[in-house]
Amino acid sequence: MLDVEGLVRMSRTSGEEEIKIQRQITLPWSEAIRISIRNVTIRLGRTLITSAGIVLGIAFLSSVWTGGVIQDGLQQARHEQEQELIAATARNQAESDSDETETSFTISEQERRAQSSKRIWLVVMSLLVCGVGITNAMLMSVTERFREIGTMKCLGALDSFIVRLFLIEAAALGLLGSLAGMLLGHIAMIGVFAIRERTLSVVAKMDWGRMLMYLLLCVLIGTALSLISAIAPAVRAARMRPAAALQTEI
Amino acid sequence: MAKIECPKCGEQIETTGIVTVCPKCGADLREVVEALGHERNERMKTIVRDDSVTTHEFIVRTRGLKKIYVMGEVEVLALRDINLDVRRGEYLSIMGPSGSGKSTLFNMIGGLDKPTAGRCFIEEVDMAQLDAFELAWLRCRKIGYIFQTFNLIPVMTAIENVTLPMIFAGMGTDEMMERGRELLTLVGLGDRLDHKPYELSGGQQQRVAVARALANSPAIVLADEPTGNLDLHTGKEIIDLLKELNQASGVTVISATHDLKMIDVSDRVVHIRDGQVERIEHRHEIELEVGGMGG
Repeated sequence: MLDVEGLVRMSRTSGEEEIKIQRQITLPWSEAIRISIRNVTIRLGRTLITSAGIVLGIAFLSSVWTGGVIQDGLQQARHEQEQELIAATARNQAESDSDETETSFTISEQERRAQSSKRIWLVVMSLLVCGVGITNAMLMSVTERFREIGTMKCLGALDSFIVRLFLIEAAALGLLGSLAGMLLGHIAMIGVFAIRERTLSVVAKMDWGRMLMYLLLCVLIGTALSLISAIAPAVRAARMRPAAALQTEI
Repeated sequence: MAKIECPKCGEQIETTGIVTVCPKCGADLREVVEALGHERNERMKTIVRDDSVTTHEFIVRTRGLKKIYVMGEVEVLALRDINLDVRRGEYLSIMGPSGSGKSTLFNMIGGLDKPTAGRCFIEEVDMAQLDAFELAWLRCRKIGYIFQTFNLIPVMTAIENVTLPMIFAGMGTDEMMERGRELLTLVGLGDRLDHKPYELSGGQQQRVAVARALANSPAIVLADEPTGNLDLHTGKEIIDLLKELNQASGVTVISATHDLKMIDVSDRVVHIRDGQVERIEHRHEIELEVGGMGG
């Protein structure tokens, strides 16, 4: 347990007697984490709604990236097949068809470029959806607790305690939500491709190194987004005068 | 609330201090009840004590307190010019119709809002000169707040609510739980430690709030309409509890209210109207008035 006594300062009144007004500083991290995690688990219904925004956003992002990696894997496999075919035909027909192979190659290159720009567009869109969803969820979950924040300040909480509690909560929510969303999008996309190609071999054809990197990125983005979007409302709520915070009604 | 045992027949009797005769054998219980009351008083004194190092006569002083709320383009003058001195250990009621500014005054004294002009001193310390850290310390250690709407943290149990200010005060876990238990027992909720606020009645919630207000042995208990959301009977219980605390431990109680039941227990009643002190009644004057009406 942290127990740092505040810097003892003598009062600045002109009276002969001096009063010790000290400085408030303690909210141990262990307690802060305990309180925040309890807040998350106890309001489970509310938490699920808040995290639904994160889950859906990250699921979208994860599915876009998973789809991309799968498609690339399939294309790679197809390309190799084509190459083999071309090599086989070339062996049969000797030298006459060299022009044609070159044109087919350029077409597939163009296709790939168009596809990748479409994919970037999708990723940007899903990031936007994520961002808006998470910001809204966090804003609501802080706003509906203004009274609670005001009460805590009456009990001696510093602004930084409030911010700390909400950021721990946001980080926990963001981490769990984006983990769930990442898995959801990933599995759903694999399912879609497996049904379309009528084989589970799509999983084998994937570049797993790249896939894992993207999945990790999903979780990181989800957590970071929820943290960032919680900062502004948490700071605003913490800075409110207790009297004003106590009066808000929702 | 408390259980006593009849010295004659051994019957266990629940009492709030009113029972004087054993319902079973008719034995006189006055001595037992008195002893219980004495013990409770002693306990209160040790648990809730004003441990201030100073002994200023006035624990709260306000000078020319003025507050203007700006609502859009309209300016509302909530407090005009309040000069008020509150003695240490006093039970003071601030009375007035709604909108008279008593809640605003409550916020100023409690350091929950800043006055537009004028000064407010707590133990002769000018609150306007305190920084955020010192103000938080003052709220945590020196002042206990009780609200009309109880304002318990909904996700926390009774004991967690009571111990929250102790966490902020940096108390150790064991000491904190022990003290939380003692305080809740003192307000008659020793068997409701792990209940959430929604599992408690209004009166019980307000008792938890009283226990929480006493968490760090404050010098002042500030109550804003503590009986406003309670029925007559439970309201009376809370008032009695506050008075009992005030008498046993010497903690100063300042209560904004328009509950007439408060007048009986108050040492002084400050009447506020239109943001100004209309008149101040002292206890002996009130008693005279009541006596005069009776005769």
